[in-house]
Formats: sequence, structure tokens, C-alpha cells
Amino acid sequence: MNDSKNELTPSKPPFWNNPKYRALVFQVVLISIVAYFLFSVIQNTLGNMEARGISTGFAFLSETSGFDILQKLIPYSSESTYGDTFVVGLLNTLLISALGIVFATILGFIVGIARLSNNWLIAKIALVYIEIFRNIPLLIQMLFWYLVVLRAMPSARDSFSLFDSFFLNVRGLYLPAPVLGDGFLYTSIALIIALVAVFVLKRWAKHRQEKTGKAFPTVWVSLGLLILFPLFVFLMSGAPLSWEIPELKGFNFQGGITLIPELFALLLAISIYTATFIAEIVRSGIEAVNHGQTEAALSVGLNRSQTLRLVVIPQAMRVIIPPMTSQYLNLAKNSSLATAIGYPDIVSVFMGTTLNQTGQAVEIIAMTMAVYLVLSLTISLFMNWYNAKMSLVER
Amino acid sequence: MYVTDHILPALPAPSDSKGVLHWLKTNLFSSPINIVLTLLGLLLVYKILPPIIDWVFINATWTADNSAECKGEEKGACWAFISNRFGQVMYGFYPPEQFWRPNLAGILLILLTIPLFFEKTPKKVILGGFVLVVFPFIAFVLIHGGYFGLSTIETDKWGGLMLTLIISFVGILCALPLGIILALGRRSNMPIVKSICVIFIEFWRGVPLITVLFMSSVMLPLFFSGGTDFDKLARAMIGIILFQSAYVAEVVRGGLQAIPKGQYEAAVAMGLSYWKSMFLIILPQALKLVIPGLVNTFIALFKDTTLVLTIGLFDLLAIVENVLGSDSAWLGFHTEGLVFAAFVFWMFCFAMSRYSMSLERKLHTGHTH
Repeated sequence: MNDSKNELTPSKPPFWNNPKYRALVFQVVLISIVAYFLFSVIQNTLGNMEARGISTGFAFLSETSGFDILQKLIPYSSESTYGDTFVVGLLNTLLISALGIVFATILGFIVGIARLSNNWLIAKIALVYIEIFRNIPLLIQMLFWYLVVLRAMPSARDSFSLFDSFFLNVRGLYLPAPVLGDGFLYTSIALIIALVAVFVLKRWAKHRQEKTGKAFPTVWVSLGLLILFPLFVFLMSGAPLSWEIPELKGFNFQGGITLIPELFALLLAISIYTATFIAEIVRSGIEAVNHGQTEAALSVGLNRSQTLRLVVIPQAMRVIIPPMTSQYLNLAKNSSLATAIGYPDIVSVFMGTTLNQTGQAVEIIAMTMAVYLVLSLTISLFMNWYNAKMSLVER
Repeated sequence: MYVTDHILPALPAPSDSKGVLHWLKTNLFSSPINIVLTLLGLLLVYKILPPIIDWVFINATWTADNSAECKGEEKGACWAFISNRFGQVMYGFYPPEQFWRPNLAGILLILLTIPLFFEKTPKKVILGGFVLVVFPFIAFVLIHGGYFGLSTIETDKWGGLMLTLIISFVGILCALPLGIILALGRRSNMPIVKSICVIFIEFWRGVPLITVLFMSSVMLPLFFSGGTDFDKLARAMIGIILFQSAYVAEVVRGGLQAIPKGQYEAAVAMGLSYWKSMFLIILPQALKLVIPGLVNTFIALFKDTTLVLTIGLFDLLAIVENVLGSDSAWLGFHTEGLVFAAFVFWMFCFAMSRYSMSLERKLHTGHTH
């Protein structure tokens, strides 16, 4: 009896076979290896930098940079500091990323829908566009727009002009700049009031629809409110807005807003390239919505546009948003290629020029990488929030 | 009263429900909006296509001994520029009398990979392993030299399409095992292993490749004691491999997640250890699922290799842009160089993307959902 009882109780495995201990030991060993590796890298780097006479620390940020930048969104001159260089580069990166995201999304949606068109020619044009531009490296496209297409633009004297106020030439695109008069404040206030009113209206309309089932033409009323009310105030306060039109003085245009050709080439390349990916995402998103959904929507009496707006697009968006996020992230990261054509983004002015002048590689590269990490994190957090808002609410 | 004594033959369909006219009507002119769109599309094609065909084919100069023959009114592309500098475009500054070495390596690679595309090849795994593990060493000995009486050709002489291919192949080859380890680590139950892998992956995925290349070319020598400058190509490769491994890890993780839980449990129930269950049960299934995804990452890497131009390596784009662009005998042929490079990249990427799509269709066996 005793013997068989002994056999039935499982023998306790030796501690080196216990998965718990094994995991613990393995993790301790791993973390010590990583820590030792990081420690030795830091030690070596400091030693090497001392040997080469490279100074450390962030004091260089308050030194005078001594170079000017072609495009700046804040006041900047050659007397500004490296800290200012960083900010100017950062703002230029944010500008190109934001513009790129807007244009790529618009173009991508148009092409994606064109790809599904029942018009054979339009669908084929969209397909050819996607297959060509998706498979050519972005850098080549960028260099092509910059070195081939924009260089072929006319000189300032023979620039293309539209209404004698928009000019396009080899130096860039010149637009009229708005000059705000004294009374413009009233128009701004009117716009804010209109925005608040639209918000209230939207909530009221939703509440009413949930209670009575009657839809309210919110879109048209809000659009009217947003345009007509500020316009009315604007005209009543004496139209306090004038335009500064670029003028040809000597060899170049003065005044107005200038878009430098680098920005133009970069924006073209990055939007056209990213739009091909967005188009494919949009196409597969729309195709993922079961046709039964459309039929069901039509059979409950929704019209074509309501079917699209209330049934198909909300469901397609759920499929579209996650891959779209990674495309936006790619676009923001790809904007760093700007350095190849000399657009003054953060990589070009900070990791390029500033690094060459100060030699403080570690600090500068760490700061630049941190910028991109924060940018990536922000975009993905925002898109996650939007995704959560759009995702299926299960009741 | 008339009654037929045989079955009447079917009448032909009405003329507007078949043939070219019907096709045109349903596909191009079905509604007023479609008519407008079709006309706009035709206008677009008419505006874009003929000038391009003129430039690329009809007015192009295919053979010429010097740039003067390419210049002049009404002259299109100067492909003679590319053919005169073909050696550089393909091999960079590699000595021409040694071109047979990279050629031999390339032919060997093609001969070894062709059988892998056929389903009935026996011992595919061994052959694949040979291509992935042994072949890189053979290729290195052939191209770099230094053994068996082959003269040494340093990496700074390498360039052109050859360098582009080397960087992308070595990049994906080394990133693959690293990426698999990282993907397994990310799904581990051990919190420290998991967080180290997550931090590693998210760091590399969050920064652009250009900053990685800058880092590896400027900072890497500082990381090691002595601070010796080592090979520029090797430095770039380290950056690319680390960067790429993070993307590979995410693709592999997708495959690991797609394997049903029962497979993991069954492996454990059989008494297999962790590594045995991974390598014998899970990874063979997961990797098969993610081949299309891996091909797509490879396409992205292949396009990204053009960025090595910014750190002074001479890949295909850098050769046509920086070297040939400042070649005094052939000045002013930027466009031809860029278009040629674009065409080469396009060909490779298009072929690979088609291959990945066909694989995706073939592998769609119901496991994925």
C-alpha cells in the first residue's frame, strides 16, 4: 500500500528544471548582458570623444549658427543660435509632413475610388498610376521632380502667371499674401461663434433624430452658417482685408508668399508616392464591405448617397484606418529624404549642417531621432484614438 | 397553321448586347458622367503618352560615341550615355577585367534559386538552406577576393546595381534570423525579455532609415574601444540590418499570431521543449504564412537602399546621379540617368510584388482568419 502511494505522488522536479526559476535566471542573465553592452558603449563613446577632442553636452545649442536657412516659419538669420536652427528644421519637417498627409490622402482617396470605377478607362488609368509610382523608390521620384521637371520651369521674367497674381517659375511658386486690416477681429469672432453654433446644432439634430427619427439637413445648414455669417460680418465691418501681390523687381519676385521649389518637389514626390499606397488601402477597404450591406441599406429605403455615407463608408473606415496609420507614419519618416534635394528639414539643417559645424554627433543624432520618435508616437496615438472612435460599438 | 418540324436555331443576340459596341457602351459610355470621364481620360492619355513615346523610343539616340551626337533640336533620350557607361552603372568602380567574378556569383545565384520556384523540386529545404547560408560566403569570396589567388577588391570599389543587390540581399538575409528571435521575444511570457524586444522593435520602427544610416556612419566607430574606422559598407550594413530586423519581426509576429492556439498547446502536450515546439511546429507554419509579407518588406528594403547615397556609397542611383552626373564627357543627361535607374528599380519591384501577390493567392488556405 505504502509503496504504491509513494509512486502516485509526483516527485518534485529539481529546481533547475522548474520553468519559473529558469525564466528568472534567463532574464537576469539577459538584462545583465544588455546593461553591460550599453555601459561599455557609453564608456567607449565618452573615451573616444575625449580622445578626439569632441566636446559633450548641449551648450552648443546657444551658440551662434552663422548660416541662413532658405525657408523659415519663425524669424531666423545667420546670427541665430543652433537651438533656433533645430526649431526651424523641426517646423519645416512638421510642415511638409502635414501638407503631405493632406494631399496624399485626397489623391489616394480619388485614385482608390477611380480604381473601382465601372468606367474601364478610368479604372485602368488609376491602376497604371499605382503600379508605376509605387514601384519606383521615393528618392528617385524626388530627384526627378526637382532636377528634371522643376528645372524646366521658365525664369522669373517669363513665369507662368494666373490672374497676374499667382506666378510659377524656376525659383518657386509665388502667391498673394493676405494682409489683415483693423476690423478683421470681428470676422474672426463671428467665425468662432459660427463654429460653436454648428457644434450645438449637431448635438440638437442628433438628439432630435434619436427621439423622433426625423433627420435634419445638418451639413447644409452648418455649411451655410460657417460661410454666410462670417461673410456677413466681414462685409458689415467694411471688408478689412487686402492682398499683397508678388511683383517682379529686378530678377526676382518680391512680396506675397513664396513656396520654394524644394518644398514643391518634395510635396509632389511624397504625395504622389504615398497616394499609391493609400489608394490600394481605400480600394481594399471598400471592397471589404459585403455587398449585402449595400443591398440591405437600399432595401430599407436609404438613397444612394445615404447608403454610401451611413452604411458603406463607416464600415470601410474600420478596415482602412489601421493600415492608413502606418502610411502616415511612413510619410512623416520619408519626409527626411528632403535632405537629398536641399529642403531645409530637420535632417538637412540640424543633422547635416549643424553636425558638420559642431561635430557633436551623439547629441545631435539623439535629438533628431527623438523628434521622429515623438512624431511617430503622436501620429499613432491620434490614429488609435480615431480608430477607437470609429470602431464597432457592440451592444 | 404553321408548325415547325424542327427546333429553330437561336437568333443572334441584339446588336447592342454583344461585341465591341456593347463593351464600349457598358464600360465607357454608360452614363453622362461616364462619358465626360472617358473623354477626360482619353485627353489625359493623349497629352501624356505620345510625348513620352517620342522621347523614349522614336527620337532617342541609341548608339553614339560622344555626347555631341545626342544633342540637337528634336532629339529625345540619349541612351548611348547609359550604354557607354554600362560597366559603371552595373559594377561601380570595380575593375573591368574582374567583372566575371560578380557575374559568376550572379549566375550561380540564379541557377540555385530557379529550382526553388518549382513545386516538385526534391530536397527544397536543403537547397534553400544552401542558398541562404553557404552561398553568401561563396559570393563574398568571389566578389571581394583575397583567397584562392583572387586579387582583393576593397568594398569602396563596389558600386552600381551590384552594390544595390548586395546591400538588399545581405540586409534581408541577416535581418531574418534576428527578426524571428525578436518576434518570439515579443510574444514571450517573460516580462523583461518582452519589454526589451518591444523597445528594440519600436525604436527602429519609429526613426527614419536616413537617421539610422547617419548614426551608423558617424557614431558606430565611437561605440567601440579604440574608435577605429572600419569599412564604410559594413557600417551601413549594420544600420540597415538592425533597422530591417524590426520590420521583419513585426511581419513574423503577424504569422505567429495567426497560428491557432491549439497548435501551441498540442506542441506542449507532446512534451516538446520551447525551442523544439517553436522550430518544429510553430515557425514552419508561421513562416509559410508570412512569405508574402516578407517579400513586401524586401521590396521596401530594396527601394530604401537608394538612401545609401546620402552617406557616400555608390549604389545604382548614386552612380547615375553623382558620378555620371558630373562626368565631363557626358554632361547634361540627368534625365536619362534617373529614368534608367527608375526603370531598373521598377522592374525588380514590380516582378517581386507580382510574385508576392501570386503567393498570397496560393497560400490563402483558411488559416489566416
